[in-house]
Amino acid sequence: MKKILSKPESLKNAVLSYCPGCGHGIIHRLAAECIDELGVREKTIAVAPVGCAVFAYDYFNFDVTEAPHGRPPAIATGIKRTNPDKFVFTYQGDGDIAAIGMAETIHAANRSENITIIFVNNANYGMTGGQMAPTTLIGQVTETTPFGRNPEREGYPIKLCELLSTLEGTTYLERVAIYNPQNIIKAKKAIKRAFQCQIDGKGFSLVEVISNCPVDWGMTPLDSIKWVEETFIKSFPLGTVKDKINSII
Amino acid sequence: MTKKLVKGNIALCEGAITAGLKSYFGYPITPQNEIPSYFSRKMVELGRVFIQAESEIAAVSMVLGAAVTGTRAMTSSSSPGISLKQEAISYMAGMQVPALIVNVQRGGPGLGNISSSQSDYFQAVKGGGHGDYKIIVIAPNSAQEMYEAAYDAFDLAEKYRTPVMILADGIIGQMMEPIEFNRPEKKEFKEKEWILNGCKGREPRSIKSLLMKDGVLEKHNVKLQEKYKLISENEVKYELYMTEDAEIIITAYGISSRIAKSAVKLARKNGIKAGLLRPKTLWPFPSEIISSFAKPNVKFLSVELSHGQMVEDVRLAVNGRSSVEFLGKAGGGLVTEQEIIKKIQSKV
Amino acid sequence: MISIIKINSEKCKGCSLCIKACPKQCISFSKQFNKAGYHWAVLEKENSCIGCGFCYMICPDVCIEVYKDL
Repeated sequence: MKKILSKPESLKNAVLSYCPGCGHGIIHRLAAECIDELGVREKTIAVAPVGCAVFAYDYFNFDVTEAPHGRPPAIATGIKRTNPDKFVFTYQGDGDIAAIGMAETIHAANRSENITIIFVNNANYGMTGGQMAPTTLIGQVTETTPFGRNPEREGYPIKLCELLSTLEGTTYLERVAIYNPQNIIKAKKAIKRAFQCQIDGKGFSLVEVISNCPVDWGMTPLDSIKWVEETFIKSFPLGTVKDKINSII
Repeated sequence: MTKKLVKGNIALCEGAITAGLKSYFGYPITPQNEIPSYFSRKMVELGRVFIQAESEIAAVSMVLGAAVTGTRAMTSSSSPGISLKQEAISYMAGMQVPALIVNVQRGGPGLGNISSSQSDYFQAVKGGGHGDYKIIVIAPNSAQEMYEAAYDAFDLAEKYRTPVMILADGIIGQMMEPIEFNRPEKKEFKEKEWILNGCKGREPRSIKSLLMKDGVLEKHNVKLQEKYKLISENEVKYELYMTEDAEIIITAYGISSRIAKSAVKLARKNGIKAGLLRPKTLWPFPSEIISSFAKPNVKFLSVELSHGQMVEDVRLAVNGRSSVEFLGKAGGGLVTEQEIIKKIQSKV
Repeated sequence: MISIIKINSEKCKGCSLCIKACPKQCISFSKQFNKAGYHWAVLEKENSCIGCGFCYMICPDVCIEVYKDL
């Protein structure tokens, strides 16, 4: 019998601290597999966010630095500009990237920093108990939108990929999901393409992964992936938002 | 060595470049604009990194990123911008990341004005951000010292794995003075065993300040305090001027110390036994030397461009053994020699 | 071709995503609890496993290994 699928080398053999059914573990694994397959583990410097993935350095088997909330794109800029030969990516949640860190996100993208961002969108602040995020859906009930998100009070969900697509500096932007194996395969392909974009020196790449947060959504893991499929991705359509990789020589 | 006439801000840039600065990240704010402007040309010409960031927060975060890889990085700003940088300064203190932050102070609070001021003493030496931490604070009082402080700051930062701040002010930054570029270009750097540079041939590393496991943060804080004690024992710097027989000792730093020195000369001409004790490091503070002068027949006068900040540390050092007076103003005006003499005469 | 999966009983949090993803319905919950208090996933119908790897892919705790007789 031959082992054909198992934990990638770029993941440590640790028990993940995420809640049962949470998508973070899948996304960690996809990033780790891509790094293994691209052979860049030993030159990777990753930036962990503030939020549920704050402990990413306990799970990833390569160099990882902490960052203040929202600042990973700036931190990654500092790392990559002084070490252009290293492989640099940030792993960020919706609050981190699109609320407190929106300025850092937009400007890193606009400078076309040759970094990759893995953006985990689960429509709420997971770590702090499920408050409204910039990506919370209209009508979605959270800890801080007990009557459902009302655009008159709380504005609209931010579609980050579409927002960033207007910037000349962005090279590759794709939104993927991980609610079933078919989409997980597509998500991995997108992450790998984004990483390759950086390796080829083609500038800013970001993959937005629509994920689930069963505990804070008050759902079972199965109900949560059903909600992603039936509701979440209706507001956040999947697919390539921008890809000019092939037009950059 | 020939001297060159330059602004304090430019002298500082040259000191940092000579020390091997690899990256500078800044954001415009008066009165430090010469710094990003000078670096924007010079760093690019040298093939090093210059970024005008989207904010002071981003600039100092970029510094953090560059510094975790073990390269020499700095940012500069002025008072309101330094308030924004406190987030990353606290993180760097907790993560033990060496870097240089320059504050060319202006008047506050709020947007204040662009005149020279020394109102950020508390913010700099008492830990302007959250948590129990200290950073080394150097207070130059001339263009020459701006050059030397920037040069020395990186060695100091790396020796203790701590952020270092140069606390200057609008006048020191803007004033042109002849200076000697008397430091050798730093080309070789010690290998650091804590940096992130990819895990080739070693176990992966992480640099962090989040320590959630039982008792770990407590231990980390004790470790930091031990480091601060070591810095306090080894890195205090000050200048004494005519203090041996002084009956009145003026304490002043930065631009105030230049005025105070003139006042001491004037006082001596008038038969007043005055002296100057100038802290060159504000943290660690020269408490011991101040304490050694504290006697009932010696009075202290702290002169600052604030409404009394450093004077609190002078009082702590003196601990009631001498009287401590204060003279200062904030928000534009300079203290004059005559005002100092008048204050001395009213107290001696 | 014979395939099996091995599930790390201590890492599994019993989220059931693999059970749902398995096209052959050959995974179920253990009767016992693990140290963390979860019923972990087990390969119940060993002969039905086709080694498609869906369970591995969807497992958020990276606790499944897939083996195949090639």
